[in-house]
Amino acid sequence: MILHIDIEKQLGEFSLKMKSGISGERIGIFGTSGSGKSSLVHLIAGLMHPDSGELYLDDTCLYSGRKSINLSPEQRRIALVFQQSMLFSHLGVRANLLYGYKRCKPENRKITPEALTKILNLEHLLQRGAGNLSGGEKQRVALGRAVLANPRLLIMDEPLSALDDSLRYQIIPYLRSVSEEFRIPYLFISHSITEMQLMTDRVLVVKEGRISGVSTPDELARANMSVSPNGYMNLLRLKDPVMQEGLFHYPWGNGNLIVSYGRQEGESLFELSSRDIILFKKNPEAISARNLIECRVAEIFDSGGRKGVVLESGNQKLVAEIVRTAAEELEISTGATVFAAVKASSFRRLG
Amino acid sequence: MNLTPSDIAAIALSIKIALTATAISLPLGFAVAGLIVFGKFRGKVLLEVLVNLPLTLPPVVIGYFLLLLLGRNGWAGTALKSVGIEIIFTWKAAVIASATVGFPLLVRSIRLGMESIDRQLLHASRSLGAPWLDTMATIVLPLSFRGMIAGSSLMFARSLGEFGATIIVAGNIPGLTQTIPLAIYDYASSPTGTSMALSLCLVSVILSVAILFLHEVVGKKLENGRAS
Repeated sequence: MILHIDIEKQLGEFSLKMKSGISGERIGIFGTSGSGKSSLVHLIAGLMHPDSGELYLDDTCLYSGRKSINLSPEQRRIALVFQQSMLFSHLGVRANLLYGYKRCKPENRKITPEALTKILNLEHLLQRGAGNLSGGEKQRVALGRAVLANPRLLIMDEPLSALDDSLRYQIIPYLRSVSEEFRIPYLFISHSITEMQLMTDRVLVVKEGRISGVSTPDELARANMSVSPNGYMNLLRLKDPVMQEGLFHYPWGNGNLIVSYGRQEGESLFELSSRDIILFKKNPEAISARNLIECRVAEIFDSGGRKGVVLESGNQKLVAEIVRTAAEELEISTGATVFAAVKASSFRRLG
Repeated sequence: MNLTPSDIAAIALSIKIALTATAISLPLGFAVAGLIVFGKFRGKVLLEVLVNLPLTLPPVVIGYFLLLLLGRNGWAGTALKSVGIEIIFTWKAAVIASATVGFPLLVRSIRLGMESIDRQLLHASRSLGAPWLDTMATIVLPLSFRGMIAGSSLMFARSLGEFGATIIVAGNIPGLTQTIPLAIYDYASSPTGTSMALSLCLVSVILSVAILFLHEVVGKKLENGRAS
């Protein structure tokens, strides 16, 4: 998918001037509240009209002030998933799912209700009323409804922010299936860098009504490391742990990661803040932290007033965050060997 | 309760007029409420003023305007007469009078119902491929049911009690255009009509309570239906 944006819109005193071109199948739109993310979504979906400019999705002109083109939302075939599920309360789950499918031209129906309900695990919900679902189920049905409309592009506008942490990371694999299973490109809107890391390959950064840049999720996380309340979040997919003395020993890099709260079956996703990693120049004799990992410094980067240190063990990487004076005292440089200490309880299992 | 055949005819006519006025006003009321809530056009304020005007005007004034419009020399009356339709001093005139007086109540209730619909539901519908009219029919209409039921109840009740406009355009002809309020007016003017007037008043109370009950029951059913 190639999205070309060059639009202007005055919303009261807030001026929106967006100009960018981006290609990819899993694109993120990142920005703080009030930055203009949702307005951009409305403009792309045709729910709001720009004052001027042009908007292209692949070769299709969605809007052109110069050519007097303005496709209606139904002509654009851009489906939306909202923060709240926005299921139609007067319809059951099945009717909600089929709402867009019935309105989709037969030649565009590539995803069938049967395939969708199986992949999104919705079969047991089909007979229920829309009001009789849990938060996670509602969001899955909303996702299914949008996918079944067989859109050219799916926009997910902060679909996880209304869910609590435990549900949020259960839903992510289903959201990812939009691209992986159904081959529909998507725009994922969020103010969470972790969600950007999990859901996108490229990110449009929106700030004060402008697109301030395009980056990868990792670049975004690095750039925001010093200002983000949790620093850089390392996301680790770990599996096949061995239980020893009540702790989970997961194979990782050249050794193991020892984690307090893990899960024996299947793969688990953990996050570890860059601020929870302590670096030593030499191997300390004894420390209380259960993880002491010998690593190679693969890269050092600046983020605000801090230094990010990319640590490498085997083919795995972690980012640690230290202040400049600590970097000077450790005499840290690329290629050097350091010891990283992490408490077993610092790992937070997301899903 | 002591009811004469002409009282029973007045009750039946009142119900017929109220039902017809409500039924013909409902689609128009839905469309006008939709225009006011979702429409973006010049003259929207003027439309709102016109819709609400019957609320502030005395019913007799409304009746007089209708008489001018639908009477023999009125442009609508002349046009209708040319195709053989006589309105003035028939039950149809009473329907028009009731519909005009009750219309703002109907529109207000539907409008309240529509305003409570989350706009994102409409956005969801549009982005799922539904054109605007489709969205109105499949999302706005069912989600406005509660407002429509409330508006219909109000309008039906208002039509049952309509007096001023009706007597001007439909007259007070027993068996033809005499409704419950007009019959009560006749009895109240007669020294021996007290018990008859009271009987019709009781019928009015029963009808009003029945409408309110029906409104509550249908409203509850709609709520329960959505919850399940």
